[in-house]
Amino acid sequence: MTTMTLKKVSEIARHHGVTDEEYQKIVATLGRTPTVTEIGMYGVMYSEHCSYKSSRPVLRLFPTEGPRVLIRAGEENAGALDIGDGLAVVFKIESHNHPSAVEPFQGAATGVGGILRDIFTMGARPIALLNSLRFGLLSKPHVQRLLKGVVSGISFYGNCMGVPTIGGEIAFDESYEGNPLVNVLCVGIVRHKGLVKGSAKGVGNPVVYLGAATGRDGLGGASFASRELTEGSESDRPAVQIADPFLEKLLLEACLELIQTGVVVGIQDMGAAGLTCATCETASRGGMGMDVDLAKVPRRVEGMTPYEVMLSESQERMLVIIQKGEEKKAEAIFKKWDLHAVKIGEVTRGPLLRIYENGSLEAEMPASSLTTEAPIYERPARRPDNFGKKNLSLEDIPVPDLAKSFKALLGSPTIANKRWVYEQYDHMVRTDTVVLPGEGTPVIRVKGTKKYLAVTTDGNGTYAALDPYRGGMIAVCEAARNIVVSGAEPIGLSDCLNFGSPEDPEVFWQFKECVRGMAEACRAFGIPVTGGNVSFYNESPRGAIDPTPVVAMVGLLEGFSPVTGSFKKEGDAVILLGETREEIGASEYLKVVHHRKLGPVPAIDLTQEKVLHRILLSEIRKGRVKSAHDLSEGGLAVALAECCVMNPRAPIGVRIRKIDFPLRSDAIWFGESQSRILISVDGKEKENFCRYAKEAGVPATALGEVGGNTIQFGKAFSISVQEAESIWKESLRGILGG
Amino acid sequence: MILRRRSFGVVVFPGSNCDDDCRYVLEDVLKQKVRMVWHKERDLSDLEGVVLPGGFSYGDYLRCGAIARGSPVMKELVAFAKKGKPVIGICNGFQILLEAGLLPGAMLRNGTLRFICREVHLRVETSRTPFTKTLRQGEVLALPIAHNEGNYFADRSTLEAIQANHQIVFRYCDAAGETTEGSNPNGSLAHIAGLCNRQRNVLGMMPHPERASEPILGSADGRKIFESFLL
Repeated sequence: MTTMTLKKVSEIARHHGVTDEEYQKIVATLGRTPTVTEIGMYGVMYSEHCSYKSSRPVLRLFPTEGPRVLIRAGEENAGALDIGDGLAVVFKIESHNHPSAVEPFQGAATGVGGILRDIFTMGARPIALLNSLRFGLLSKPHVQRLLKGVVSGISFYGNCMGVPTIGGEIAFDESYEGNPLVNVLCVGIVRHKGLVKGSAKGVGNPVVYLGAATGRDGLGGASFASRELTEGSESDRPAVQIADPFLEKLLLEACLELIQTGVVVGIQDMGAAGLTCATCETASRGGMGMDVDLAKVPRRVEGMTPYEVMLSESQERMLVIIQKGEEKKAEAIFKKWDLHAVKIGEVTRGPLLRIYENGSLEAEMPASSLTTEAPIYERPARRPDNFGKKNLSLEDIPVPDLAKSFKALLGSPTIANKRWVYEQYDHMVRTDTVVLPGEGTPVIRVKGTKKYLAVTTDGNGTYAALDPYRGGMIAVCEAARNIVVSGAEPIGLSDCLNFGSPEDPEVFWQFKECVRGMAEACRAFGIPVTGGNVSFYNESPRGAIDPTPVVAMVGLLEGFSPVTGSFKKEGDAVILLGETREEIGASEYLKVVHHRKLGPVPAIDLTQEKVLHRILLSEIRKGRVKSAHDLSEGGLAVALAECCVMNPRAPIGVRIRKIDFPLRSDAIWFGESQSRILISVDGKEKENFCRYAKEAGVPATALGEVGGNTIQFGKAFSISVQEAESIWKESLRGILGG
Repeated sequence: MILRRRSFGVVVFPGSNCDDDCRYVLEDVLKQKVRMVWHKERDLSDLEGVVLPGGFSYGDYLRCGAIARGSPVMKELVAFAKKGKPVIGICNGFQILLEAGLLPGAMLRNGTLRFICREVHLRVETSRTPFTKTLRQGEVLALPIAHNEGNYFADRSTLEAIQANHQIVFRYCDAAGETTEGSNPNGSLAHIAGLCNRQRNVLGMMPHPERASEPILGSADGRKIFESFLL
């Protein structure tokens, strides 16, 4: 082993983001000075991205238990929930923000590739992808370039894989200008007995390297993701990986076929921290050791050092631990799929991970010293002095021309229909997408059963910036609301928490508050968190992004058809469930029309929200609800217009009578009061429905009837269906072209 | 409608991704006998019809369908087609049929230079194929497309020949059946969405009938194509 002077090595360690304190701990663990390879391995595993060293204590607030939970958060690559009939749903959301900021196409594409691998390494067949994106203001050419790159990267990868991208959301706000967010969710399905673990067991079992050769791409990507973006980040391009979805499609089919044969002991993809992470995590989960010979690792370029091989984040690679004696079965499958597979090592009696190259020992450490024994920090958190002071006073906000404001909102990039984006995604492959993007909460059927899965991603960065606790809570409520409007019952969530630097006490306070709000909402609804991802250091030279909790939620619906958001029939009654208050703070209306980003964030009452969900679900199950759509950005006016035009086959108008809420007219039409859902029912059911809802404690207001070619907003203003449809559907194309 | 139970093959290339969707429609929806045919197989003698499904065979590297053309199964498929047995190539399958020379012409990238996934309308141009024999000429179908390279191109003499022989099976149109400029999603020559060979037993089409064969998916028009073929 090479030795160096202590001072020089600790400097190298610092360069790898290893603090002096962490370095001392490493020296104590090893009982000697670490090699450069070892420093690289510790550096990457101790990065925020891999170790969750700042977030872990806070994430403990989340409820992770529930009757459906088969694999809990953090145990494996993704959590798993029982959906009955011996089936499980496996899902996880992850960020790929930094790579997408410097190289949008490859960054986003490899983000999709990574999350797909997390799902199929569990033995699950990926059945849907969603993505939650945030960009700066779309009027900037630089932002348009990023958006186009990210969308084509997602399209390139997901389409080739044959996994439909069924939905997601995109919002635009200047806080994301230098640091866009690219969060990708994958949902998979598997028989309980087909679930496999990412752990190494059985002394002497071969450790097989499968897939692409190792190159210098993505070197230290996890470390790159764990620091702020700077002016110099462009030169970090080599830290971004290159995508090959075709190879991943072969890996997917080969791995699922292999898992079926029962010869797989454990399997893990090489994602962040590459071979280092895959070897130490599988060994440590299995309570075993592992010997690896790097000379056997297929290389893309000559002259790679052990350090580089261990840290490369080349894509489309898997580590598979196979039952000894069954190698032939595995080889036949790899050969069928034209995949390169090499035995690179063996499982040993624990606890050491030993990395050799041609007989020379390059690294040796207890596997768990890289994983479960990684440092954890209780970061200081401080409430910002100006918290709660960025609230508007209503007198300063004049009530504008409502018709003009409505059109501006309907066409604003955050609210406008995103077909320019989702038409680039194959959202129909697998022929399970029964509610298409743009027509309500995306829903997929599970063939061979009467089950449907509704999937959504939600999270409002403006709310979380102005009030992280409430913003976190609302993110969970809104996601649950979006599940419920389809008729499905929420069963679990995965979260992607996008924040600035955790070393900034004010950012860390935002993080803690946000998680506290989310956790409270999860507990109130009884929805377990099954895993997720924390992305810190989302900062550009302009400062930290708005804290953005993205909630990815899955709902289960069984035995009846899902409900969509579009109005269905002339004469149906339109009913607003929930209470509208004088709340225009933090709204999209305030941003778009008044160019102000001020609180207060709308109030949220978990009890009220729960009752709303219960009533709606029970009425949907009785078949009484023809359409249901939640109210969010743009408030009542935008929701009404969307219900009129969201079904491309049959747009229809609506006549809303004069609304006599004792509120400012802009709050009535554009305010974002929470816990509200717009539904339509048969005209004859109107009275009964409203009475029933009120008795159950949910305010219900009959607003008017479906029909005609005009959207009539009481006496306030009106717009033709055709014009509304054109503004909503053509706005993004007008900005982005084509 | 009582359908004869037939034996179909759905070819699987590395990178095919609509293979299981085609199997599902034929086997589970239309109750046919289906065998998945691995691209290295060389015996198709048990089959009465073959589907080349959509996807990204060989990652669409080089050109869409260009590498798949060289797969062992393709030699057999050419012989199978020459015998007059029905072959339908959907999306990437259409591209492979073009590359293999079973159909004339070539595919260019979409005019928008972007992947397009959405429902379009098609006009049936001829009932004189096994795949459209129960459809009416001029009938309008709603089917989804999902491709990056569906912009059909042929030189002038080829176009004249396929027109003279009534080989154009489907054209992109609007809901009323008019071939307006706005109804051509990808810039395809003469709005061509589907094409057959001179013997009329080989059909290539960019839209996906297997994605529109059940009412729950928004359209069951695609089923008419499969059913026509089965009668």
